[in-house]
Amino acid sequence: MSVMSYLGAIGAAQREAMDADERVVIIGEDVEANVYGTTGGGKSRSDKGDFLQMYGKNRIRNTPISEEGIVGAAAGAAMTGLRPIVDLSYSSFLYMAMDQFVNQVAKNRYMFGGQASMPVVFRSAMFYGMNTGAHHSDRPYPMFMNVPGLKIIAPSSPSDAKGLLRAAIDSDDPVLTFEACLLWGTKEEVDDNEFWIPLGVARTVREGTDVTVVAISGSVPEAILAAEDLAAEGVSVEIIDPRTLVPLDRDAIVRSVVKTGRLVVAEPAHRTCGAAAEISAIVAEDAFDALRAPIVRVTAPDMQIPFSPSLESQMYPTRLTIAAAIRRVLDLEPALTSASIIR
Amino acid sequence: MADLSRDTLLEMQRRMLRIRAFDERASKMVKRGHIPGTVHTSIGQEAQVVGATMALGDGDYMSGNHRSHGHPIGKGSPLGPLMAELVGKATGVCKGKGGSLHLADFAVGSLGESGIVGSSIPIATGAALSSKVLNNGKVALAFFGDGAANQGVLYESMNLAGVWKLPMIFLCENNQYALSTPAHTVTSGVIAERAAGFGMPGIRVENGQDILAVYEAVSAAVDRARAGEGPSLVEVVTYRYNEHSEGLRLKTDYRDADERAAWLSKDPIVMFREYLEGQGFDPAQLDELEADVLAEVDAAVEFTNQSPYPDPSVAFDDLYTDKEVAA
Repeated sequence: MSVMSYLGAIGAAQREAMDADERVVIIGEDVEANVYGTTGGGKSRSDKGDFLQMYGKNRIRNTPISEEGIVGAAAGAAMTGLRPIVDLSYSSFLYMAMDQFVNQVAKNRYMFGGQASMPVVFRSAMFYGMNTGAHHSDRPYPMFMNVPGLKIIAPSSPSDAKGLLRAAIDSDDPVLTFEACLLWGTKEEVDDNEFWIPLGVARTVREGTDVTVVAISGSVPEAILAAEDLAAEGVSVEIIDPRTLVPLDRDAIVRSVVKTGRLVVAEPAHRTCGAAAEISAIVAEDAFDALRAPIVRVTAPDMQIPFSPSLESQMYPTRLTIAAAIRRVLDLEPALTSASIIR
Repeated sequence: MADLSRDTLLEMQRRMLRIRAFDERASKMVKRGHIPGTVHTSIGQEAQVVGATMALGDGDYMSGNHRSHGHPIGKGSPLGPLMAELVGKATGVCKGKGGSLHLADFAVGSLGESGIVGSSIPIATGAALSSKVLNNGKVALAFFGDGAANQGVLYESMNLAGVWKLPMIFLCENNQYALSTPAHTVTSGVIAERAAGFGMPGIRVENGQDILAVYEAVSAAVDRARAGEGPSLVEVVTYRYNEHSEGLRLKTDYRDADERAAWLSKDPIVMFREYLEGQGFDPAQLDELEADVLAEVDAAVEFTNQSPYPDPSVAFDDLYTDKEVAA
């Protein structure tokens, strides 16, 4: 074990996968120069040299800014023997390649009766909460949850980032990973050995008995803070991080709600047809009898993301808005400042 | 072309005949309701298809488009599973999940046809990237039409293939119409000349009904790719005889009668038969070849008729390599 950042954990998973299998290649904009810090060899950007030196230009490939061409080429390469990791940097850039994601990456195996396998990973980071304005702040994973054939992960901790990314790289199906850029710098003890976290298995971040909070991506640390705040008032909060959005660990979520009888879902994506909406529907269908209060979602509003820090800061779930939602499902008195910012 | 064996010449004619006979039968089956949906035939474009596919090696890759039957047939696929796929039978090459628009036969390097115009071009780019990284000597060819020549993804793919010197051929099947729209009314300049902007050769085969001309041009591009010299663009001018899709009835005929007659008068199969006879092939042998191909299509239809429809549960297979997600 050693202390590793989220970003370092991604680098470690990629390095271990590159070492284990020569068919693994990394393609993307600026990967040769390790601009974002994930194509470096060690725990930090400067440690152990970079991937270009370690693996050479045949396996570390800078691309032009051509997302549609890159994503399609990665699909074709995956269908013919490579296991590409595509670094698309910002999640908003995925839109440029929508046809390839939806019509080729997601459909080819099915349409061709199982002849194709698609072992490819598409990495991107959601630069929300960082005052990057409307074009770089998107959290578009729910759109892709609506496309059968894709698998989707959204790790919230360094260990999960390493283990899930490795499982994604070793999967024979296409996996999109959505990282919250806000989490890149977070650190924790991470196993230095290779390890894999199976896709589709949620993590119980914190056990509790009064209410279940299902939190996604950057909302997980906020939910932990809210739970700590409420613990002081004697409220016992259970936090479930699905980690994988497709396939979703429905059983873990339902089991927790059956235990606690209450559900809050927190995520940074937009409200309509978000992951929180899907999770709420699953619980309403499968655990209705266990519910002792209406489900409450804490999400971004159906609104564009403004630039100014004073405007943007209110857009995503926070410690305060999650705590306010928990109070609401428990029928507790609202804290003084929080009621007005529940969305 | 003196180096082509007599077997190869005969195989060229056989494959063109297979496409013609297969698609003529498919056209009838659509009109009689035996094939659900529609099909887009390659009738009239056989020389362009087979000249390209026979320039490829058995292990080479290709991706295609909505006009999709000719490509796998030209690459050597057996007809039975292709016909069964058009009808939606369990024995179809894609188990009945793809249909006419999405034929794929990985056994012959056919990585799939695409119903979205231009969408499969980068699939071939990726196959060429695999070949380059794995150093396995394979080349990849992307078939696309004059319509797809105006899709941006073509140019992203040409740039990528060019800058990485990938073993790839961009094969533009210019049949001169994107459905009803004449190519020259929506296309600025000459498609083949666009290659220059990407630092690759651009070859235009004016008479795409001449299979040897197509074969020669594509072979040169394949040789270049295999030698590590990078991609090429080959534009082949050809003509589809049928409507854009079978059963489509438009109020106006967007194609001039004289133009149609001129193209019909240089039918690729008729012309190549004349060439073969000039090369000393026995007309009786060529007749026998045609009869063999018709019998092969009959057998493919019989195979299709004898095949069951897929069990409904099959609709929920093949989304992922594991079954953990299927609802």
